[in-house]
Amino acid sequence: MPLLWLFVIVLALGALGFVLGRQRAIASAGGDARQLHSLPNYYGSNVAILTVVPALMVLAVWLILQPMVIQARVTSLIPEAAIEQIGSRSLVMSDVRRVAEGLDTAVAAGALSEAETRGLSTDETDVRARLGEVGVALGGAVTPEVLAAALRYRALDHTADTLRSGLVIVLAALGLAYGYLRTRQEFRARNSVERAILALLMLASTLAILTTVGIVFSMLFETFNFFELYPWREFFFGLEWRPSFEGGSDLGLIPLLWGTLYISIIALLVSVPIGLFAAIYMAEYAGKRFRAVAKPLIEVLAGIPTIVYGLFALITVGPLLRDYFAQPLGLGTSSSSVMTAGVVMGIMLIPFVSSLSDDIINAVPQSLRDGSYGLGATQSETVRQVILPAALPGIVGAILLAASRAIGETMIVVLGAGAAAALSLNPFEAMTTVTVKIVGQLTGDTNFESPEALVAFALGLTLFVITLGLNVLALYIVRKYREQYE
Amino acid sequence: MTDATANAPARSLFTEDARTKKRNRAEARFRAYGLAAVIVGLLALVMLLVSILSNGMSAFRQTFLTIPVELTEARLDPQGNRDPAEMAAVTTFGYLPVLAQSYIDHVESLGIEHDLSPQAMAAMISGEAPAQLRSLVLEDPSLVGQTVTLRVLVSGRIDGFFKGRVTMASAERDANVTPEQLQLAQALAEVGVIETRFNWSFVTAPDASGQRPEAAGLGVAILGSFYMMLVVLVLSLPIGVAASIYLEEFAPKNRLTDLIEVNISNLAAVPSIVFGILGLAIFINFAGLPQSAPIVGGLVLTLMTLPTIIIATRASLRAVPPSIREAALGVGASKMQAVFHHVLPLAAPGILTGTIIGLAQALGETAPLLLIGMVAFVRDYPAAPPEGLFDPASALPVQVYQWTQRSDPAFVERASGAIIVLLVFLIVMNAIAVLLRRRFERRW
Repeated sequence: MPLLWLFVIVLALGALGFVLGRQRAIASAGGDARQLHSLPNYYGSNVAILTVVPALMVLAVWLILQPMVIQARVTSLIPEAAIEQIGSRSLVMSDVRRVAEGLDTAVAAGALSEAETRGLSTDETDVRARLGEVGVALGGAVTPEVLAAALRYRALDHTADTLRSGLVIVLAALGLAYGYLRTRQEFRARNSVERAILALLMLASTLAILTTVGIVFSMLFETFNFFELYPWREFFFGLEWRPSFEGGSDLGLIPLLWGTLYISIIALLVSVPIGLFAAIYMAEYAGKRFRAVAKPLIEVLAGIPTIVYGLFALITVGPLLRDYFAQPLGLGTSSSSVMTAGVVMGIMLIPFVSSLSDDIINAVPQSLRDGSYGLGATQSETVRQVILPAALPGIVGAILLAASRAIGETMIVVLGAGAAAALSLNPFEAMTTVTVKIVGQLTGDTNFESPEALVAFALGLTLFVITLGLNVLALYIVRKYREQYE
Repeated sequence: MTDATANAPARSLFTEDARTKKRNRAEARFRAYGLAAVIVGLLALVMLLVSILSNGMSAFRQTFLTIPVELTEARLDPQGNRDPAEMAAVTTFGYLPVLAQSYIDHVESLGIEHDLSPQAMAAMISGEAPAQLRSLVLEDPSLVGQTVTLRVLVSGRIDGFFKGRVTMASAERDANVTPEQLQLAQALAEVGVIETRFNWSFVTAPDASGQRPEAAGLGVAILGSFYMMLVVLVLSLPIGVAASIYLEEFAPKNRLTDLIEVNISNLAAVPSIVFGILGLAIFINFAGLPQSAPIVGGLVLTLMTLPTIIIATRASLRAVPPSIREAALGVGASKMQAVFHHVLPLAAPGILTGTIIGLAQALGETAPLLLIGMVAFVRDYPAAPPEGLFDPASALPVQVYQWTQRSDPAFVERASGAIIVLLVFLIVMNAIAVLLRRRFERRW
């Protein structure tokens, strides 16, 4: 039974439960809803929740477990020799899955009957050609072991599907019956429904934790695999980045980290002075009308997707810097460079620095300003000698947040910085970053058994740890500073 | 009175002394720096927009050739019984000579002098045109044997000539186009056979291969982005609102809720590419969902958008004054009823605004989609949801990225044009958010 149908059936049972529960509650009170403990709809909802929620929870768990269990049982059918021939267990298994899905498609298209499928053998039929007729393309000829495993896979999959549908429907029906029988005049339906809703709300809020756990584990696991294939010392301290898919690659982190830091430093050199001065001007000097126009316009820069900045770097800023700075100065002929990416990223970060600093400057109490003016200081002296020192921790926090943005930024550097890893000081040379290499190593067809693909997970984890550290530090500083004046 | 004051030279307070002048100059300078910073920021915005608009506006116009095409039966339906199944045996390649011959004949009938070979003539027509003719004929086999007037695309270089990208001088050095072809195109444009007009298919057509920039469109990408936004909306709005309600209204103050709060604020600052790695590892490698499918993109973007929605929702829940809750509790509502019947409806405009802004962010996100295989070249439109959510599709920002990776310079125009479309969507979404806020915002 297709999943969608199962889902619809469960929901229909839930709706039925609602109606039945509501009727039964009213009937148990002799037709007078005022005699009930809760409003009639709560009785209905209670039955509906009991019907739908456990059934769908079981369905979700089943959907996650089914492929794993079947995989484990099918793998044992494949002899070690076949695995060695193809390369790895997971590659064989993906072949098996593809054949099994191909057979499903063939049956659905009517090219093969169910009975024919069961009797298939590689001696009599060319399975690859038969499947090719219905539009299922297979990489190579199907070996007897793979076909046997695929047939077993299909059989198990079908049994499991039937079991799943049966179990879920039975569970829903049981829930309905239980809820229905519990519905009586004095049953505290509202409390029961509210408890269920509260549980759902709690579940939703733990998703944030689950996401973090998912991020950390998905990367930790693959990073671990990577370090089994590639020594960690060479990854963290290697000075060369030269991946080659024939093996024997150098995967040193240092050149990527250097590119990332160099670009981020330039971005901060652009964005911090401009953003900070803009924030000071907006907070201390600008008139109401100027502020009302200029502030939202600058914040528009923050709403523009990074791919737009990337294209801007590629088609405008890159050629401009090359033609007017790099070539006349004899520093390089590449339009993608550290400078290109850094300047464009700096522009992207201006609103980030300015709006955060603006908030922080506004949070400095007016009494400090008034005190300074009272002593005869000019406005700029007040800003430099009173407001900025008072706001400094907050501003440092804002700069750290901007730095973490810059380090994690991807599209601008993919389009503006280049792809060659280099350890150089020349800002007009193309360099590459951690994020560029994550994209490079994971885009397209990748084999997740090779260190060249797995290194991306180690890079991702490094990136995650660095940005997380910066964020935590920044939030700590900002929070501590806020407490000072509150 | 001290001696210092007594001995100071007598001077008016209204004339500035050297030190005051210096201080005032420093003041003016400081102020000018501030103004300059604001102006630099605004200038950057203007430059960015001008660069994109000037490069991209031409993508919405395209050069077409209008010619009468004689659909010769001998070539298109050799059996002569108008059976679509049989006629499908004639490939796109078989339609090219028909089109080219009609074009050559038409140029001759107009009496335009040229010394181009038939091959060079045929090369002026887009590689997409025979496919267009073929699908036209297969849809209506009765057309065979007749002469129809057809408007077809010209090749990317000829199109570039009318948009100023290709010049006679650049054609000398270009292997794909000759100055003679450009002269003929110029002559045909003067008699109105070739004209540049508004091109809807840029927004509706699917992507085309690297050799046919003139035919590349955004149809699949827009649909893919739309599907993803649908998934994001359906998942992140209820989950985000539920999480915010719990954290803001019900959560006890303990280590678990602290952990959740710290988590949410950190997730908001995790680099987007890390979410792409998560999607690749969990949704594709572990859960076995298909690559390049909008459902995977939608799930990844949901996880990215959740913190934004949660932060906005909590702010608007907090803005509802406690007196509303207390009044509801006072007349006998349960805590849950007070929240769902009174607080939530009052907070709804703020929640909606936050959701739209979160969606707008998600719409422009590129990096995580690169990792989950959205870069694949997709020409088929995905089916209607829910099945279509599992079909391969592209996404608007990823389409921009793909076009920047192609060598033909015509794709720069396409990429900028795609960005204009993306920005239009973003402006519309943000405008709706601002309107909602203006219309429903309530100050207590």
